[in-house]
Formats: sequence, structure tokens, C-alpha cells
Amino acid sequence: MASNPPMVVARDIHKRFGAVEVLKGVDLEVELGKVVCIIGASGAGKSTFLRCINHLERPDLGYVMVGGELVGYRRVGRRLHEVKERELCAARAGIGMVFQRFNLFQHMTVLDNVAIAPTLVRRLARGAAEARARALLDRVGLAAKDGRYPRQLSGGEQQRVAIARALAMEPRVMLFDEATSALDPELVGEVLDVMRSLAEDGMTMIVVTHEIGFAREVADEVVFMDGGVIAERGPPAEILRAPKSERTREFLARVL
Amino acid sequence: MTRTPEADTAGASSDPLAGLAPGPPVALRHPGRWVAGSVVLFILVWFGYTVVTNPNFQWPIVGHYLFSREIVAGVLVTIQLTISAMAIGVTLGVIVALMRQSDNRLLAWSAQAYIVCFRATPALVQLIFWFNLSALFPLITIGVPFFGPDFIAVNANLIITPLIAANLGLGLCEGAYMAEIVRGGILSVDAGQREAAAAVGMTRAQTMRKVVLPQALRVIIPPTGNQIIGMLKYTSLASVISVTELLSSAELIYTRTFETIPLLIVASLWYVALTSVLTAGQRVLERHVGRSHTDAPAGRVLPFRLAVINNLFASRGARLG
Repeated sequence: MASNPPMVVARDIHKRFGAVEVLKGVDLEVELGKVVCIIGASGAGKSTFLRCINHLERPDLGYVMVGGELVGYRRVGRRLHEVKERELCAARAGIGMVFQRFNLFQHMTVLDNVAIAPTLVRRLARGAAEARARALLDRVGLAAKDGRYPRQLSGGEQQRVAIARALAMEPRVMLFDEATSALDPELVGEVLDVMRSLAEDGMTMIVVTHEIGFAREVADEVVFMDGGVIAERGPPAEILRAPKSERTREFLARVL
Repeated sequence: MTRTPEADTAGASSDPLAGLAPGPPVALRHPGRWVAGSVVLFILVWFGYTVVTNPNFQWPIVGHYLFSREIVAGVLVTIQLTISAMAIGVTLGVIVALMRQSDNRLLAWSAQAYIVCFRATPALVQLIFWFNLSALFPLITIGVPFFGPDFIAVNANLIITPLIAANLGLGLCEGAYMAEIVRGGILSVDAGQREAAAAVGMTRAQTMRKVVLPQALRVIIPPTGNQIIGMLKYTSLASVISVTELLSSAELIYTRTFETIPLLIVASLWYVALTSVLTAGQRVLERHVGRSHTDAPAGRVLPFRLAVINNLFASRGARLG
């Protein structure tokens, strides 16, 4: 089956924090509309890798392409050059990200949280941005709470606002960095439901998660990271039921 | 041991609450407080009596000068100097605080050096330094630096008037303190929000203006109020370099008339009055700005706070709230 070029390509990503080499050469390809779940123990480099994709962390070596365009770099001759802030921001605007700790803007209403980036970054008119924000809030089931402030919402509601905020930029890919890890157990479901419906609508997603059930159900591919490299990857049925790698088996035995 | 019905009716011996008289418990007495209160009351009465009866306070003279032309002119200079020095201080403070955050080591280092130098020397010394700038640089020139030609050259004594020297001295000193206050405010905003802003494609400047500073303001405003009140009083230092503000207006009168104490009282009354006005204003502002979103009942917005913050940071076409 001759497919389109992948939506996300990460090549040989290396990242070191001081003496610790967190990423030791990670490669990943995600096709349009596919969902990749990255699992692994804490410290395996999952979050750092995800943050390299939208250049919140600058890889020491390697590069990322989203939609066929380099993120944070431009090719000049045989070398990659860092781009200016404006270009990096434009690239990031097309990559949605949802954080473990929600990171909503505390001084803005829910509606403003979702509407501000389109007005500032995309230069959308205020009315149009608000209309889009309302539609997105409706989609995550929070249309009635548009006038609230983040601290007046439960964790699950805050995370759904954060998803709406990312969607407001009409991203080509969504990154989820342990989006349910900070939530009380009874609030995890509502966030996973929103993520599941996004996947059903064909959003390309890279999901760092500890929710093995979600990975089994929604992922097109599961990637197991360990010690800064990808130890094993494949369809969820294969990786989660019959892992080949001993380290994957050990990890799954601990979390399941 | 088994309880018998007799034991229950026996009263106080077995049940401490049996036979209790109705009504509230008797409050504990605090004789020490009464003693301390009496001593303080005595001192206050004695002090008040002295103030009223000691003729050396010369209350009629205080009344005579309180609204005199010279004193009111001095009050106006004090207010003007407070505002202008504070404006210089706040502007410098924001710039220096942002420089300290810079990835550029030289910028961050020079901001740090400025803060250290200007916080480590007394404001009075700095004032006198600026006042005597002409001893260091007799001519102030605009031209090509180092060995190039000068286009304009002016006698430093003409530019550095006492008022300019006072503005520079107080403003630069204030800038160092304000820089630390602003920096504290910026650091109070969770770094995660900055990452979230970056992730949706906002530039660092947009993030600072729309996300960080509006929230930092809640932390910055209360201590800034204190700084303004402090500055009001620090302006009296300018009397040393012959700026005719409130204190030196009073001094000019009493060196003429030798009515030292009444004129110092006149100046003090004005300082107290101005400080009270500022304190009241600070309280109003804090009540609106310091209130956190958590305290607000669900669904209620805080119109004043948002209006203030939005107007401060509003830019064309991107106004929220």
C-alpha cells in the first residue's frame, strides 16, 4: 500500500541534560490520522522526546519534521540552521500540546484561554475566535463553563479546556504528555473520552501515557521506550499481549 | 467495678457536669493586660498633656505655616519628585528584571551588577554623587564615542540641576529595588504557563505581555505601594542638594525665624497626610488586585481587576477579558 509521507518524522533525536543522556537516538514516524502511544517507565525519556517534537526542548542532534516541514530548523546546504523565533512559533502553532499539569492561563476565563492564541498568533478577529472557542468548548462538553476561571474547575474539566485550547489552533498533530496522570481516578475517564473521540475524527496523535487500556483500545501503534531508546514497537495487540523484549514484559508485568 | 444507680445520683463526686448552673462559662481574667493597659494609658495622657501645654511646640506658629505659600510649594515639589523618581524606578525595574531573565549572559550579568551597585550604596551618597557629576564630567557631549568628534557639548552644571540630580539619584536607586520586586513577580508565575503559551505558538514577548506580566502584577503591586510610600519620604534627602521640596522649604523658613520645632511639625504633618492618602489608595488597589480567583464565587468575574490589567497590557486587536 503506497501511503502518503508520514505526518510526523523524528530522526535520531539525542538530548542530554548535563551528564545525563536522556535520549540516545530516537526515530519515529507517524502517518496522517494515526495514533501512537508511547509507554515506558518514568525516566525513560518519553516526555523529553515528546517535547522535542514541538521544540520545547531543543534536540542536541537529530531533527523533527511535521507535515513535511522541519521544526525549529532550516536546511542551508548540508547543515541545519536554527530558525528565528517567528518561524519557530509558526511551526509550533500547528502542533497542539496537552500537558500533565494542564497549564491553563490562570488569569483568563475558560473562553479566553481557548480564544487568545488564535487572536494573537493567527490574527483571527475577536468575534471569530470566540465563536470557534465556544464550538470547541461545546465539543469537550464545557460550553456552560466558558465564563469560569481555571481554578474554579475540576482537574478533568481543566484538562478538557487545555485540549480545546490546543485544538483552537487547528493543529495537524496533537501531543499528549501524560494528560491524565495528574487527575483523580474518577476524572480520568472524561479526558480519555475526549481523546478517544479526537482519534475517531482522524486526528494524528502522539500520546505519552500510563493508561495501558487506552493504548490497547485506541492506538494504531504502541512504542515502548526504555533508557532513552525505543526498545520495542508494534501494534497494541502484539506489544501489550505478546511482547518480544524482556524489558517490555517486565514493565507490563509491573503496570498491569 | 459496676456502677450503681446511687453512684449516678451522688452528684459531683462521679460526674463533673452534674448539677451545673445554666449559662455560659466564666471567662478567664487577664490582670496583666489591665496593668499593661494602665501603664500605656498613663504614658499617652502624660504625652498628650505635654504636647498641648509645652509652649515650645508653638502650635499657633504651626497653624500659621501649615498652608503657607512656601510650604505648599515644597509639598508640590515633593509630590512631583515622588512621581517622577518612581516612574524612572518602575521603568528601569521592569527593564532590568527582564534583562536578568535574558539568555544573554552579558545582559543578565550587567543587570545583576546594576542591582548590586545601586542597592549597596546609600541613596544619600548617590544623590550627592549625581549632584557633583560635573566634577567627574565637566562637559556632557553628544558625539562619536572614544576619540570621535563631538557634535554638542554642554556644561554639566547646566544639565544636572538639583532637581535632575535628585530624579536620577532616587530613580536609579529605586530601579534596583523595583527590579527585584518585578523579578519576584515574574518568578511567581508557574513556568508551565509559559510553556503552554510557547506550545500554541505565542512569541516570548506575547507570552510576557499577555500571560506572565498580568499575573505577576498581583505580586508586584503590594510591595510597589510600599516603595512609593518609602519614596515619598526619601525625597526629603533631596534637601541636601538644595532641592526646595517639603523639608527644605521648612528649613528655609526656620533658618530665618529659628522656629525649628514648629516647622518640623508642619513638615511631618504633611508627610503623614500624604502617606495616609497613599496608604488608603494602596489598600483599595490591593483589595482588588490581590484577590485571587479562588476566592471569587463560581461564575462571578472580577470586572475591576480585569479592567485594570487589560488596560495596562491591551494592544490593538488582541484584547481579551
